[in-house]
Amino acid sequence: MNRQRTQTWIFAGSLALSLLLMLMPLPQTLAPFKPYWPALVLIYWVLEAPERTSIGLAFAVGLGADLLDGALLGEQALRLAALTFIVLRFRSRLRFFPMWQQALAVLVLLLNDRILLLLVRLFAGDARPPATFWLSPLIGMLAWPFVFLLIDDVRARLRAKEA
Amino acid sequence: MALPRKESSPIFADAAAGTLRLIGYLALACVLMVLDHRNGWLYRARYVASAAIEPVYRIAAWPAQTAQNLAVAFTERAGLIADNNRLRETLLLAQARLNRMGAVAEQNARLKQLLDTRRMLGMDVQLARLIDVDLGAARNRAMLDVGAADGVHVGQVVIDAHGVMGQIVETLPHTSIALLVTDPNHAVPVVDERSGLRGIAHGSGAPDRLLVSDIPLSADVKPGDHISTSGLGGRFPAGFPVGTITAISPDPSGLFAQAIAQPAAALARSGEVLLLRDQPEPVGPPGPAPPVGPPDSLANSPPADVSVQRPHPSPPRHTDEGDKSAVTHR
Repeated sequence: MNRQRTQTWIFAGSLALSLLLMLMPLPQTLAPFKPYWPALVLIYWVLEAPERTSIGLAFAVGLGADLLDGALLGEQALRLAALTFIVLRFRSRLRFFPMWQQALAVLVLLLNDRILLLLVRLFAGDARPPATFWLSPLIGMLAWPFVFLLIDDVRARLRAKEA
Repeated sequence: MALPRKESSPIFADAAAGTLRLIGYLALACVLMVLDHRNGWLYRARYVASAAIEPVYRIAAWPAQTAQNLAVAFTERAGLIADNNRLRETLLLAQARLNRMGAVAEQNARLKQLLDTRRMLGMDVQLARLIDVDLGAARNRAMLDVGAADGVHVGQVVIDAHGVMGQIVETLPHTSIALLVTDPNHAVPVVDERSGLRGIAHGSGAPDRLLVSDIPLSADVKPGDHISTSGLGGRFPAGFPVGTITAISPDPSGLFAQAIAQPAAALARSGEVLLLRDQPEPVGPPGPAPPVGPPDSLANSPPADVSVQRPHPSPPRHTDEGDKSAVTHR
């Protein structure tokens, strides 16, 4: 039971950390390069522990992110719900991809996420974003292996310690 | 690893149920967005939850803050010194600029004063700038930045906002030299504004002293009296302040008194001066003296003086006075 609790802590902690990373202020020049951390972490958990995740959870995380981010209530909820759905759908295939293919898949997912965001923004009446808007998914793709390995490593170590 | 599976294998997950759920959530999100867009729910929710949200922001900003603090803490000493030097230089530059601004403001005030003088005079004047002032014991001269090319000629009177400064004694094409009232070789016919007593103020060589000599011992002159040009001699127009009497003492012979006066013009300070343009050359004696001082009946001066103060159409007297008031060295 203890092990289960630890895993829950890692799960919740990584999601909270991703929200913090999303909020973390960056210099103006670096801001466009900030990957969409909550999406990366959610993808990981959907791939590795689908029993903990669901579209509903993604929706809730998105609502929390919206509350913190303060852009538009429901925007990130929508994006994360869609993302989670897609990953759940292709989970069994994605899991066994080699890392570079997985990273490419993450790039596609994040691009799709950006397109959703763009649609929402356009519907809300915002101006068209600059070209740097599309940089974030690329950085997300580059960051994916590290996120994956980092969380995996933490989980493995804790598991080993308890065993 | 063994995952506890409640439902069917995800490989063959019932797509329809998942899609339905997704559609439900997407619809919910859309409704939320529209409502939020219309009603500003998010703002209100954030307002309510601010107690929880604000610390999150603090935490999120903490790494950047720490990095900044560390950068400040570990900035090299050399960098700090360079920074300091640069700032000091900037400060110096700003200070200098500020001082210059102050000087410009002062100059502005002086010029305004001069302009006022000019308007008050109702005379044709020319503005000139002092290039060089020589306030030695033997010579009290000033060089002006206007010369013959600007229409300056020998004999023009130089004044500033406070009083008579002197007269032009030499002109060059673009500069001219003025003999100041305090030059030992300069004399100007003056009148005591209070008593109407006439006299001649010589320069003493010191830039803050004029000598009014040959005053009768019984004459009514007191320290504090203002003396101004009398207009006699025709060179200096009447009524310009020349100085203030500061002391009176018997002269070496003991037969006359001599007074020491402080020049009215700011000889050591003025930067800009006015040159009076040609006065119509007096053919006869100067016009009636301005009504300065007490009436003649009260004047405590000899009858001769009284008669001189009135217009007197005798040319010889004028030339006599003119000789006395002219620049003695020329």
